[in-house]
Amino acid sequence: MFPSEFEYLAPTTLDEALSLLAEHAEDAKVLAGGQSLIPLMKLRFAAPAILIDINGLPGLSHLQEDKRGRGFLRIGALVRNAALERSELLKARYPTMAAAAPLISDPIVRNQGTLVGSLVHADPQGDWGSVLLALEGEVVAKSATGERRIPATKFFDGPFTTVLRPDELAVEARVPAPGPRSFGTYLKLERKVGDFATVGVAVSVSTERGVVTRAGIGLTGVGPANIKAVDAEQALVGHRLTDKAIRRAAELAAAASEPRTDVRGSADYKREVVRVYVARGLHQALAAKAA
Amino acid sequence: MAVTETEPSPGWLGKSVKRKEDDRFIAGRGNYIEDVKLPAMLHMAILRSPYAHARINSIDTSAATALPGVVAVVTGELLAQHNLAWMPTLSGDTQAVLATDKVRFQGQEVACVIAEDRYVAHDALELIEVDYEPLPAVVDPFAALAEGAPLIRDDKDGQTDNRIYHWEAGDPEATERAFAEADRVVTVDTHYPRSHPSPLECCGCVADVNPASGRATIYMTSQAPHAIRTVFALVAGLPEQNIQIISPDIGGGFGNKVPVYPGYVVATAASLLIGRPVKWIEDRTGNLISTGFARDFHMKGELALTDDGRMLGLRVTMLSDQGYAYADAQPSKLKAGLFHIVTGSYAMPAAHVITDGAYTNKAPGGVAYRCSFRVTEASFLIERLVQSAAYDLGMDPAELRRKNFIRPDQFPYTSATGFVYDSGDYEAALDLALEKAGYEALRTEQAKLREEGKGKLLGIGIASMTEALGAGPSRDYDILGIKMFDSAELRVHPTGKAILKLGVRHQGQGHETTFAQIVAHELGIPPDDILVHEGDTDNTPYGLGTYASRSTPVAGAAAAMVARKLRDKSKTIAAHLLEVAEEDLEWEIGRFSVKGAPDRSKTIQEIAFAAYTDHPPGMEAGLEGVHYYDPPNLTFPFATYLVVVEVDAETGEWKPRQVVAVDDCGVRINPMIVEGQIMGGLTEGFAMSAMQQITFDEDGNCIGANFMDYLLPTAWETPHFDLYETCTPSPHHPIGCKGVGESATVGSPAAFVNAVVDAVAHLGVRDVDMPVTSGAVWEAIQGVKGGG
Repeated sequence: MFPSEFEYLAPTTLDEALSLLAEHAEDAKVLAGGQSLIPLMKLRFAAPAILIDINGLPGLSHLQEDKRGRGFLRIGALVRNAALERSELLKARYPTMAAAAPLISDPIVRNQGTLVGSLVHADPQGDWGSVLLALEGEVVAKSATGERRIPATKFFDGPFTTVLRPDELAVEARVPAPGPRSFGTYLKLERKVGDFATVGVAVSVSTERGVVTRAGIGLTGVGPANIKAVDAEQALVGHRLTDKAIRRAAELAAAASEPRTDVRGSADYKREVVRVYVARGLHQALAAKAA
Repeated sequence: MAVTETEPSPGWLGKSVKRKEDDRFIAGRGNYIEDVKLPAMLHMAILRSPYAHARINSIDTSAATALPGVVAVVTGELLAQHNLAWMPTLSGDTQAVLATDKVRFQGQEVACVIAEDRYVAHDALELIEVDYEPLPAVVDPFAALAEGAPLIRDDKDGQTDNRIYHWEAGDPEATERAFAEADRVVTVDTHYPRSHPSPLECCGCVADVNPASGRATIYMTSQAPHAIRTVFALVAGLPEQNIQIISPDIGGGFGNKVPVYPGYVVATAASLLIGRPVKWIEDRTGNLISTGFARDFHMKGELALTDDGRMLGLRVTMLSDQGYAYADAQPSKLKAGLFHIVTGSYAMPAAHVITDGAYTNKAPGGVAYRCSFRVTEASFLIERLVQSAAYDLGMDPAELRRKNFIRPDQFPYTSATGFVYDSGDYEAALDLALEKAGYEALRTEQAKLREEGKGKLLGIGIASMTEALGAGPSRDYDILGIKMFDSAELRVHPTGKAILKLGVRHQGQGHETTFAQIVAHELGIPPDDILVHEGDTDNTPYGLGTYASRSTPVAGAAAAMVARKLRDKSKTIAAHLLEVAEEDLEWEIGRFSVKGAPDRSKTIQEIAFAAYTDHPPGMEAGLEGVHYYDPPNLTFPFATYLVVVEVDAETGEWKPRQVVAVDDCGVRINPMIVEGQIMGGLTEGFAMSAMQQITFDEDGNCIGANFMDYLLPTAWETPHFDLYETCTPSPHHPIGCKGVGESATVGSPAAFVNAVVDAVAHLGVRDVDMPVTSGAVWEAIQGVKGGG
């Protein structure tokens, strides 16, 4: 459990970090919380020649709403999962995220690990990817040559792969502000606390006068990447959350999953859990709306 | 917690004395293998095979050897020159130290780098080039025994197939007759998955062979240092007086640290060849992928019954998946350990147990993970069978047990497979568990939930476990010929303080407190005044070590007996000091006084001082003794574990709502320590039933070689435990104790599995294999839905 030799760089400004990234590009990995990268290095599955530690950079620890446009939530690259778990703002306005945060691994990992780092790592069993897909968030990437905003739907490119360029640093994730009548949750089946999801389901619904105006459903652990269950979402929009509509959406979400049989369960089982959890999440939305 | 109100003892038994050893552990001042640092010490790292089965064509170590900081690269070829490429296992088989001809499991030790620091050693591993020629891997033990299976142990003369042993117990004819008379036969066919003891501290050693003196001092994570010394003397041909094994503080063992592992041998050989100390610290993957695993028994049990629920006979066939070497650490005469205790707590008129062991391309072992030599698998099978039989008969599972228990008046009870159970009152433990759990109300609630049909189900699982432990009587129990006695040496110093030296070696069990209490009780010296010393073969009497719950039954008895020896001598000294005849003295704990004149007395401390300053003429000075205890029988602790689970019928998710444990281990020396052992055992029982397995893909790749794949439960999912006790002393142990460290691991898995099965039994489910994941429960429900 000893990593290969590597060089450790700790820039103190964003510009310095971006120029180091531009210089070392393919040889470097960015170290934020290190909860995935360090184990991979210790197992020698990853052996970057250079680690660029961004923990000393100023201005990446913000967790706040921005009122521009329809408004959005900004999550800086150094915001730890523990901060998300404790955030009153999330509990009040971003229920899907508030439900997911305490289910990320275990308390020790949450103290160090970051949401943005989890997105960039792009583990198909990572929870935040599904949440961002359901909420239609985006990732802000900076490089020495500029900045771009990448929608979550375009961000993931397969298992452990994103569209980020090697010279780019993901500095922030953004989530659109919820409408007035919105509800969401995150449900996760795991063998024990700290295990990766056997199945995770992110649900987010906005309604007007009882009719669904926006639906987001993200699936964890049941495909080569986090899955946005688009058919299920579309089947809900324009309808009331009746038992029948929920059943239909749950079936479509299950159909959208591409699980594989492994020690966590058979493909059939995981598909069934997707169906049950999506239905449960939507029923909870219905109950929350009624309340 | 204890409900049986025992009389306050005048002595030191039954007292929850705080653990003397904990101060140093809590303060971080223990001395574990990683803390051992010697001048000029080198570091060793192990290269492991990526293949489960492959021929080694060549190994090129030149690049690794050239790396600055590398002192040597050891291969099997080098070891073979010193006749050390293979070594004996504790089961009389052989095992490669470093592979020479073939690798036979993924993770097998292929080469070792010795370097100036650990980082260099690990970097050099990547520079060793091994040319492997992959061979078909044998991962299924049934396939291993099939005609034409690839021969795994082609190194062994006369080995023409993959069978290791065939061993039977019981009476086949009597069992045949019982089945012929039976109204019905109930069958359970199950696999107890491969699990791993996974102690928090992995294995390691510091081998220091002094080239000038020829002495080999080996610091080692060993539960059995004396046995290891003898094995080293036999394997390496070193004179035994020149070998000193020191087991420093050990961070958990659970059976994993009984065997001799290649890392120990290579480090010692390297130190011998290089003339400098060599340290090897195993990493987690190394520990999980290569060291002593547990279980992996494929079992079929058939229980013959009458229609009114009387057990007539038991037939069991078992195939053990041993990996590529037969390396169980167990009594040599018993090929499948104590698995033939499989008749459990029941008066079974006839039984026949048929066992086979097979080689596969997996890590060697089959150690007793927190159990007494395979009693865990046995207990699981019979307790699963009883529940299935109850459903089949339409009886309550508790009632079927009650009807067939060995009755208190039947002890000592000779079982159909030859055990002589020492004492027990199984019904009392069952009744207490049912009462504390509120069994009747639970059954009512269960029925109500089933009727409601809202998807939430309740299950109640019982296991009434009896195990056999404390190996063992020398006529039957030996390891490679060494009898399984144990020993204690007691020296009382002139100031009345004492040191107790033992042949066992604790790994967290609390010996430093418990054994001090035994001596305190027998001699009256307070536990705080007694230092308990274990783990250094130069300075402790010979013993077979700590595993299989044998320390208190065997070494604890030795401690009591040696204390009694010194008490006898003390009496002579007291008589001399008080100028009376010995017959005129009476003993109360801590002093001899003159009968009828209690103010004329001598305390044990005064007597100890006199033993060095004023001993009777003609008597040897000093107050010291040693005792080797050969137990007359095993001890047979028992328990009833009752688990209540809630099951989500839609997803198969389940969680324990209540766990009631009634343990009877005879006299409890330190109830707090006993309860700690039971809680730990229940946690491990829950872990095995719910989440643990080491499995393999079809190419023999190990799935379970890190803690992301092999799961340890945390405080989050571990349930609360309600502990109770009954007390049925062992009639043959000097202070009435039975072992207890492993009872809950042995007995509780069946209770957890029985509870989950019980929740869905009304749907027709009879069995779910461990680990009982939510997916497995769901599949079982689908199976019966589909008409299966």
